[in-house]
Amino acid sequence: MGSKKNLLLIVIAIVVFCLPLIIESSYYMSIFIVIGLYAIVAEGLGLLMGYAGQVSFGQAAFYGLGAYAAAILATRCQWPPLLCVCIAPLLPSMVAFIIGRPILRLREHYLVLATLGFGIFVYVLFKDLGTLTGGPSGLTGIPYLNIGSLTLVTDQQYFYLVWGALGLTLFGMANLTRSPIGRVFKAIHTSERAAEAVGIDTASLKLQAFVLSAFLAGLAGALYAFWVTFISPSPFGFTSSVEFALMVVVGGLGTLWGPVLGAALIVGLTEFLRWAVPVALPNAGGEFEIIFFGIIFVLIMLFRPKGLLAIEKSSVAMSHPTTLRSTDA
Amino acid sequence: MLEVKELTKSFGGLIAVNRVSFKAREGGILALIGPNGAGKTTVFNLITGVSHPDEGTILFRGQRINRLQPFQIAALGISRTFQNLELFTNLTVAENVMVGAFRKSRVGFLRSVFRRPGTTKEDHSLYREAMNLLVQLGLAHYADQPAGNLPFGQQRLLEIARALATQPQILLLDEPAAGLNPNESRELAVFLRTLVNQGYTLILVEHDMETVMSLADEVVVMNFGTVLASGVPAEVQQNTEVIAAYLGDEEEEAC
Ligand SMILES: Nc1ncnc2c1ncn2[C@@H]1O[C@H](COP(=O)(O)OP(=O)(O)O)[C@@H](O)[C@H]1O
Ligand SMILES: [Mg+2]
Repeated sequence: MGSKKNLLLIVIAIVVFCLPLIIESSYYMSIFIVIGLYAIVAEGLGLLMGYAGQVSFGQAAFYGLGAYAAAILATRCQWPPLLCVCIAPLLPSMVAFIIGRPILRLREHYLVLATLGFGIFVYVLFKDLGTLTGGPSGLTGIPYLNIGSLTLVTDQQYFYLVWGALGLTLFGMANLTRSPIGRVFKAIHTSERAAEAVGIDTASLKLQAFVLSAFLAGLAGALYAFWVTFISPSPFGFTSSVEFALMVVVGGLGTLWGPVLGAALIVGLTEFLRWAVPVALPNAGGEFEIIFFGIIFVLIMLFRPKGLLAIEKSSVAMSHPTTLRSTDA
Repeated sequence: MLEVKELTKSFGGLIAVNRVSFKAREGGILALIGPNGAGKTTVFNLITGVSHPDEGTILFRGQRINRLQPFQIAALGISRTFQNLELFTNLTVAENVMVGAFRKSRVGFLRSVFRRPGTTKEDHSLYREAMNLLVQLGLAHYADQPAGNLPFGQQRLLEIARALATQPQILLLDEPAAGLNPNESRELAVFLRTLVNQGYTLILVEHDMETVMSLADEVVVMNFGTVLASGVPAEVQQNTEVIAAYLGDEEEEAC
């Protein structure tokens, strides 16, 4: 079973590696880059929602904080771009750390509202802190990223960068969710009370998941900033936050690949409808795209309420104990 | 070792626990008995920080632990089981115990991101510890089954195994024998005895008088939130108030 899985991984890696060699259209290339960026954000949010059991409707704010931090450091402070990519995600991480304690104490719809409010607040800051962020018209003149003497200019190059980062993210998530900590998160899911009773600081674990999710969103934001070289507040608003949450849910809570699939599906579907709706209904306005989008997601949730990749028979018995026993014997 | 003084807790107008005091001696077995609704579980909740007392003090080895959170109290060495089973039903039997042992393992968040799973020393030792406890409780052959699939009585034993995995000094057991057949009950009593011989201190809520009288060094009888009587089993058994309020009732209740 393990070798089959490895084979699948290798196939996926080869396909991803070949994509830029096959695809020439820069439109399709940029769609794949966006999928990669969103998948990184969704992976972090997936940890928070699927494992720590906490909802966030403010993830676009962390994505934006990463993007703005990177853009400001690169343009106003003239830091080397690669350094900016490494440092920028620390800003959303710190913000998450500070707001995490009070905000994660809230439950269910209160938490939804609080994260939503936070997202809107940050969005307003992007718009109104004109001297720092360039206001509604945004920040221009972000340099291209360079690694040593290699300057990344083409979409193909950014594709490899973003999907490389996504690969590392998946590697980290696979490790974390199958580690003893991943198991503890599952335990908290069924009984927080029992987890506390065996000495687990559940609040602190949730906070760490929140910070990591903010870090990943910030990393994606920073990569985004150097790819487009121009940022404005609009991609970091409320709609994006909802889309990130949707990606996680549609892909399957508590799965490794669910967020990636969710990101691909939502980005792909949005672009498909943008093309298909005017072809099918020449007189229809933009709102028809949203209606079809909504119908498709209602259908998915009706037929796969746990998401596309969720295994219905719960996630009992990860490979762990068995593999361990074979080495023990 | 553990002392509660004048503990009081009310819910709305109902005084669930009313000026309750007792002392659990190190290495002893203290039984908390009383009819349903007497406030026994509430006392456990107060001791373990699930809720906080309105008045009174809880001392563990002389330290006030009234205001601590549950995980902090567990870290001090006070562990418990739940009357209404709180197992991690989405995990296997062994994994339930491994989560119990997690606190001691000091597995870090960041390190887990960079380490391949299943390869770490910590995970191996967690598993070995878990199996060790499962063997002691006769649950070893269930190790890889989902905890939710266990028969009811075995789920109770798993609660004990998980609580022991935290390596506590004192163990609070809330009706551990409920749902066990008489045979299993007797085995449990023997096992609890061995725990005490290993140096654990036990407080247990139990309905079966035979078990209580044979096992406990000290009995605290509660009714309507107050302590009706306390002392060694023989003494308490003679107490007319207790007989009227509780022991007499038990015949009718016959759980
Ligand atoms: N969280 C709570 N909220 C309201 N009432 C409670 C709560 N917990 C316990 N009670 C009440 O306190 C009383 C004592 O309950 P409990 O401690 O569970 O009794 P016992 O364990 O001795 O059967 C009962 O009347 C119960 O309904
Ligand atoms: Mg009770």
